Amino acid sequence: MSFERKSKSPPAPLFQRGGQHGFVGADAVSRRIPVSPVTTLSTEDLSPLKKGGRGGFAVLAHSLRQIAGPLSLALLLTLALAAPLTAQPANDPVPLSFNDSGEERRFHALVAELRCVMCQNQSLADSNAQIAHDLRREVLDLMRQGKDDAQIKDFLVARYGEFVLYRPQVESKTWLLWFGPALVLLAGGFVVARIVRQRSAASTPAPNDDEQEW
Amino acid sequence: MNTPTPRGNNSRWLPLAVFAALAVLLAAGVWLSRKPNREALPSPLIGKPAPAFSLPVLHEAGRLLSSDDLRGEPYLLNVWGSWCPACRDEHPVLTRFAETKRVRVIGFNWKDEHADALRWLEQFGNPYWVVVTDFEGKSAIDWGIYGAPETFLVDGKGIVRWKFVGPLTDATIRDELLPKLAEVEKAR
Repeated sequence: MSFERKSKSPPAPLFQRGGQHGFVGADAVSRRIPVSPVTTLSTEDLSPLKKGGRGGFAVLAHSLRQIAGPLSLALLLTLALAAPLTAQPANDPVPLSFNDSGEERRFHALVAELRCVMCQNQSLADSNAQIAHDLRREVLDLMRQGKDDAQIKDFLVARYGEFVLYRPQVESKTWLLWFGPALVLLAGGFVVARIVRQRSAASTPAPNDDEQEW
Repeated sequence: MNTPTPRGNNSRWLPLAVFAALAVLLAAGVWLSRKPNREALPSPLIGKPAPAFSLPVLHEAGRLLSSDDLRGEPYLLNVWGSWCPACRDEHPVLTRFAETKRVRVIGFNWKDEHADALRWLEQFGNPYWVVVTDFEGKSAIDWGIYGAPETFLVDGKGIVRWKFVGPLTDATIRDELLPKLAEVEKAR
């Protein structure tokens, strides 16, 4: 599990250099796509033999239906089994290299907890946006400067806001977020308890009540 | 117990009430996300000093411009790159605003090739008072920049007063930037 990309990919088109905000124009939607990892895959990348990423699964399933030869079937199965081990974000222009496995493990744990600011439903670890590359690099630099995890998170929060944290801090404005589910569960338990008590009280005196609404 | 108790009657409506509550919650969520740039992150830098920087000037090899050089007067920092189509959409709007000479408009050329940036400005016109370049994107992280275009308003004391994510429009300038700028100029 590293960010090093083992297969060669064509260089990203110029317009993918950084994420871009585009909200106007009829083609705004298509213009925003360049930051998503899907579109950065070229047809060459989609070959399961070359790409060992998660996306390989769908392609593999498709290819399995078409390729009948038992040899290629065996080969594809081997690749399918290997796929999760090599799942990588595509297209890191200059891969990060780690000094040792401890550093690598700490780095991966940390970036998995940070949200990518551009493609907001991905973690920093998964994102292919240019800004995510830059931020991963920055996180590694900060780690090498001897900053601890909390300091690195503070660094990013000071610049990009609380949004970057997948686990927001427990403070007065996030109480509802943290304890809301427990409250709902309590309320649900209370309602269930009341219904059960009510029912058992009603059913003991009149066991065969045909007009019972429940 | 042939007639249902009043309590039994009430609890019949409970699932409907819960469903209605959920529906209201959903409607509220949809309503709150109606803004077209709802994904824009609020900048934590607002009200705080702008990050210190010292960046090369695009048009003068070897010259560095620092944040201290810009103190005293407010300025607008516009993040752009020649690779960014939305910046091209924004360009005429920004040019119109820059021509009013209301405030210094500084270009922040982000992760761009030097030659591409110069060609872009030659082709479309240069609305900027000065353009600084951040090829590595290090300074951009200090500013909390995560895409282009983005625009910051910094006052004379070097405090970030406003940020806009996405291409500026005439309406944004009229409704958001100009009032903010008037506020900044009055406070001076």
